[in-house]
Amino acid sequence: MTNNEILAKLKVNFPDAIVAVPELIDFTVVIKPDMLVDVATYLRDACNLDYLADLTAVDHPDRFEVVYHFFSIAEETCEPFVLKVYLKDKENPSVASITPLWQGAYYQECEVYDLMGIRFSGHPNLKRILLWDGFEGHPLRKDYQNRTFTYEELRPTNPEEAR
Amino acid sequence: MSEEERFRRHQEELKNNIFLTTVDAVYNWGRKSSVWPVFFGLACCAIEMISAATARYDFSRFGMEIMRASPRQADLMIVAGTITHKMAPAVLRIYEQMPEPKYVLAMGSCATNGGPFPSYAVLQGADEILPVDVYVPGCPVRPEALLDGFMMLHDKIMDQSIKTVPWYQKEDQPAKGEETPR
Repeated sequence: MTNNEILAKLKVNFPDAIVAVPELIDFTVVIKPDMLVDVATYLRDACNLDYLADLTAVDHPDRFEVVYHFFSIAEETCEPFVLKVYLKDKENPSVASITPLWQGAYYQECEVYDLMGIRFSGHPNLKRILLWDGFEGHPLRKDYQNRTFTYEELRPTNPEEAR
Repeated sequence: MSEEERFRRHQEELKNNIFLTTVDAVYNWGRKSSVWPVFFGLACCAIEMISAATARYDFSRFGMEIMRASPRQADLMIVAGTITHKMAPAVLRIYEQMPEPKYVLAMGSCATNGGPFPSYAVLQGADEILPVDVYVPGCPVRPEALLDGFMMLHDKIMDQSIKTVPWYQKEDQPAKGEETPR
């Protein structure tokens, strides 16, 4: 099934869900965040997109984007089907987790939460993965002020501290 | 002064001067000729450290070929690479497991001052947590530069005296003229 066929099926089955189909390098469909689980389940079960290759996020001035790259191993597709959701809430962005559908999303959602601060509701164990609990801020956000820390400054929060 | 007393004083003088100086030279020569590094790398500099150990650059010429996998059997820590804040406690722990006398060589830009990473995640230099003896700049360090750093470390070891090194003092205090570990 080609990406255009998948889009045609989505338009039939989820006419309200599609927000935009932007002209980008990869075939991209933007959907509403509250329809994500329904659409993703449909993509996996009816459209054979059985492999989640990538899950990441982008910080734009007016929104966060969560980006999903799907492939079909069963059909050996080599073009990714890119699904995006726009999250307008810049303070506490939140979207449904797709870990129950693709186990591979588990750590990627943890990483997006760690570095971008997007919460995934329904994730079994959403916590920081690269940084540690107690670290303040989400460093990949555009409004994060990068600075260096001394060892002593971070010592109280760092549970890896040996003593 | 009697003949006997003069002889005794002479002995004393010998003991204090000539004898000890010679021991320093032999003792330090022995130590510098078999510095055992910990087999431990943090980032890309570790690859250069490994290539300095290969036949072409071959630091076994200086008796350093035994890279110990355990810090408890080593006396040189080559901090080869970026120290992230998450890794820093582990690095410190490895250092603290090493027995005295021990030396630290900061290899590469990252270990000397954070290098190209002025970032929230990276410790700005190994000297924040370790007493560094030799800094070797480079990104990454060429094996020749690392060997030069070893030579400097050897010079430093040769300059130490058995009288003043902290690990032979009665009290667990650093002696005058010696650098304080941490």
